[in-house]
Amino acid sequence: MSAAAISLAENQQPWDLPYRGKVGMACLIIAESAIFTIFVVAYLFYIGKSLTGPTPREVLETPIFFTICLLSSSLTIHYAGRSLRKGERGAFLCLWSLTILLGGLFLFGTGLEWHRLIYERGLTISTNLFGTTYYSLVGLHAFHVTVGMIMLLVVAIFAFAGRLGTEHSRRVEVLSLYWHFVDAVWVVVFTVVYVLGR
Amino acid sequence: MGSVAFLLCCMSTVVAAGPSSISRTNIFAPQSTPARAIFHLAILVLTTTGIIFAVVSTLLVYSILKFRVRSASAKSEPAQVYGSTQIELAWTIIPVLIVVVLFVATARGIHEIQDAPMPASAVEVTVIGHQFWWEYRYPQLGVVTANELHIPVSDPAHPTPTFLQLLSADTDHSFWVPELAGKTDLIPNHPNRMWMDPEHTGIFLGQCAQYCGTQHAKMLLRVSVDSPEDFAEWVREQQQPAVADERVAAGKRVFETTACINCHSIRGTVANGRFGPDLTHLMSRTTIAAGAALNTPENLRLWIENPGAIKPGSLMPAMQLNNAELDAVVKYMETLR
Amino acid sequence: MSSNATTIPGRQVEGKPWVDTLHEWVTTVDHKRIGILYIVYALVFLVLGGIEVLIIRIQLMHSNNDFVSPQVFNRLFTMHGTTMIFFVAMPVLFGFGNYLIPLMIGARDMAFPRLNAFSFWLLAFGGLLLYFSFLGGSGLYGAGNAPDVGWWAYAPLTARAFSPGHSSDYWTLALLVSGFGSIGTSINIIATILCLRCPGMKLNRMPLLAWLYLVMSGMVLIVITPLSAAQIMLLIDRYLGGHFFDAQAGGSAVLWMHFFWIFGHPEVYVLIIPCFAFMSEIIPVFSRKPIFGYPVMVAATICIGFVSLSVWAHHMFTVGMNSYANSFFAITTMAVGVPTGIKIFNWIGTMWGGRIQFKTPMLFSIAFLFQFLIAGLTGIILACVPFDWQLSLSYFVVAHFHYVIVGGILFALFGAFYYWYPKMTGRMLSERLGKLHFWLFLIGFHLTFDVMHIPGLLGMPRRIYTYEPGRGWDTLNLIVSIGAFIQAIGVLVFVWNLVTSYLQGAEAGNDPWDAWTLEWSTSSPPPAYNFATLPVVASRRPLWDLKHPEDPDSLYE
Repeated sequence: MSAAAISLAENQQPWDLPYRGKVGMACLIIAESAIFTIFVVAYLFYIGKSLTGPTPREVLETPIFFTICLLSSSLTIHYAGRSLRKGERGAFLCLWSLTILLGGLFLFGTGLEWHRLIYERGLTISTNLFGTTYYSLVGLHAFHVTVGMIMLLVVAIFAFAGRLGTEHSRRVEVLSLYWHFVDAVWVVVFTVVYVLGR
Repeated sequence: MGSVAFLLCCMSTVVAAGPSSISRTNIFAPQSTPARAIFHLAILVLTTTGIIFAVVSTLLVYSILKFRVRSASAKSEPAQVYGSTQIELAWTIIPVLIVVVLFVATARGIHEIQDAPMPASAVEVTVIGHQFWWEYRYPQLGVVTANELHIPVSDPAHPTPTFLQLLSADTDHSFWVPELAGKTDLIPNHPNRMWMDPEHTGIFLGQCAQYCGTQHAKMLLRVSVDSPEDFAEWVREQQQPAVADERVAAGKRVFETTACINCHSIRGTVANGRFGPDLTHLMSRTTIAAGAALNTPENLRLWIENPGAIKPGSLMPAMQLNNAELDAVVKYMETLR
Repeated sequence: MSSNATTIPGRQVEGKPWVDTLHEWVTTVDHKRIGILYIVYALVFLVLGGIEVLIIRIQLMHSNNDFVSPQVFNRLFTMHGTTMIFFVAMPVLFGFGNYLIPLMIGARDMAFPRLNAFSFWLLAFGGLLLYFSFLGGSGLYGAGNAPDVGWWAYAPLTARAFSPGHSSDYWTLALLVSGFGSIGTSINIIATILCLRCPGMKLNRMPLLAWLYLVMSGMVLIVITPLSAAQIMLLIDRYLGGHFFDAQAGGSAVLWMHFFWIFGHPEVYVLIIPCFAFMSEIIPVFSRKPIFGYPVMVAATICIGFVSLSVWAHHMFTVGMNSYANSFFAITTMAVGVPTGIKIFNWIGTMWGGRIQFKTPMLFSIAFLFQFLIAGLTGIILACVPFDWQLSLSYFVVAHFHYVIVGGILFALFGAFYYWYPKMTGRMLSERLGKLHFWLFLIGFHLTFDVMHIPGLLGMPRRIYTYEPGRGWDTLNLIVSIGAFIQAIGVLVFVWNLVTSYLQGAEAGNDPWDAWTLEWSTSSPPPAYNFATLPVVASRRPLWDLKHPEDPDSLYE
């Protein structure tokens, strides 16, 4: 095998390349950002263009509490990752479960709001342009939160079964990158829907 | 190389020939200001790109011939050259300059055509695209017709251009009569505007250019550029309600008691439909079905009996009339001059 | 594939049952096998897409022809375009990338081998789903059959009102699924290139192929996703009563166009950039010189990547944007021609002063240079907006983009096949058949696509199942159709070459072309683990350094 002969560097300098999990997740985040951008552009484009039906000002209620839940879950997942790296199993389990709880609360809040909008205010995805763009954008985000929750639960199961150790902290960090992304997207969606859109 | 020379020859033939000798839809035979402005820009652009092609392909051919390996036994490698900053700078700057020139000419052309103001003497027509026919409304003149557009010739001394407002009732379409103007799309909920000032009278052909469904290919355009007198005469005729002729009362009755009136209008009768073409002056047109067939009694009969035989996929249903009804209706249609 | 069987001295190795081989291939996560799966898949769909276009060309041979009905014709051109872009070009380019990148950067496999396999099967399923539509029931107005809305699926033609049944849904779902596959492969390529390069291979020592695939994959991430987003919106409109593109509710057909072309234009750069990569590997080897201006080639590609994101509305010049928007997109479109054109000069600069060998890969590369030059120039012509108001939506545009896709991309791909087939199979393709393939295809290509510009100049719009006599289009269309059949024969010669050379071709050895990048340092075909020891490199052409120890590249870089 002539590959052995290809060794032309005089000094073997340290050769450190990035962790592929992080690079892969960064790429996924970039791709997902593009999808969200298109839905945000559609939302912005159609502000004020509905021909009928309820307007954002008439029916939207700003979900402050549930937003705080979601954004704090970024903090808890960050500290959970730190605990895992340091080997503090108990702290990790606590913070990880808290993250899941906060994420679950956010989803519950979204469900609550949608129930109110549909049954009390008569706004559905087919009502008007506002309805279409609102449910699509918020729904797309909620879908991504749900996927994140499933992954968090999978990790939780293995953690509670005692199978998760410090050696997995790189992978857990990759997952928390995704979770931070989902939170960041919510900041944008929140601004567009509840601040700019009204 | 030879193929490109062939292409250039073809293009110059197309340019040099008059409109009717090769094609009646030749973009290099402009008969109106917008088409002519485009033609002048085209000459500049084609000349520039032609020169670029000649220079670069000469270099390419030269390098292939000069630097081909001569003898198979030559095992030594040529000088390994990795690049040259000056050369690379030169062949970046020159294309940038060419782009600037082309862009300035382009921007001027865009402005000249798109931002032209509408003079008071303009004839205004609202064009509404349908699957698969054209509706024309002249708001100031009270004329509604279909598929064959009549506009006045424009004298450069006292211009009477025609300004079209472009709308759509269903999908996207595009209005393209190459010798009169570039094309502009008809998009629902998105009104567009275009104009033309034809220099000579005559018939100008074109067709829908944006795929709009099954019969996109047969959504043809026929523009009749008339002298001012002929145009005034045509307008006067189109403004009249439908000719009433007792001899075709039977056919009129068939028309009015079948579903025809759901889609078609005949002014002066109960027929008031908007989905299909206005038939008030059907016989003033040379073709039917947006150019799919000539306007003869046989074609008209076939069209009414089974539109799918002439234009399969057309949205006009076969009306299931029997022979007597068909004959009567056709006779009625023939009175709609 | 004898090198895949491990030989243990003294042990008799039995022939494997075909089921086992099939199982290995279906469950493989080896980048080389996945690469070959992609390539073979693409070749099958190339034939299907080719049959579609031959039927189209028969129908268009003369005016008012009735070889096929308008409904069938409209399905054919929709399927032809969709197939060629998504199930021929994307897979074959991902296939070559998959095969070559780990070998060229001295890695053992891609960063995520299982994601690699999953991405392939997503794409494969998408293609099958799309073609299943041909079997779908015809129903009312053929509503269940293959999609007939054009490969851009413009709104509102795709609304339920104008496309009843499921034909448009086949288009939407097949592309949504295969789009996710493309994103998966791009993530893999980026992670592989950034994280798995062998020691010493700094980014500025990577083969240009790796750089160009890096840019292409980055583009895929942000370019395929707008299409996916638009398709989700379309599904919401069609099935949940949404109004994204519903004119009656205030929705905008133009919005679909923007979203589609924000994908659609950069997509063509996604397709051509790997072909630039092939040219940048082949032309130096057959000119016996390094690529002229490696840093500028990288910079130009990155430039193209960014600028190409700003040109999309040049597909919409006739839509009625205002003059400022039209001018903006005109200047960006002309601007992107500059870094693209520069590359042609760099390739000529590579050949200049070299010792050019006219083997089949080089023949295809030289043809590529001519044809890509012409294609780029007709693109500049189209960027001149008022001229585009005549040329847009006509056969001039069809000729232009086929010049890029067939004259550029397909020719470069043929070159890549002839160049790397020996590495993949251990056998040389027949030079004789290769030259026959080349000349046949060249003549057919020019007959078709040179002439095709002219009906466009004479007013022939695209996507019409027939045309009027007396417009001067008849003879020209006949010539175009004849050229198509000549190209088909060329492709058949190519397929024959692929098959017979596999069985009887000359043995290739490690390095039949006397080339300089790492894939030529291992056996043909490479073992499953690629390299016994991971190489360590000190320059852009490690094998040149080995073969010319008195004059290594590392002294000059």
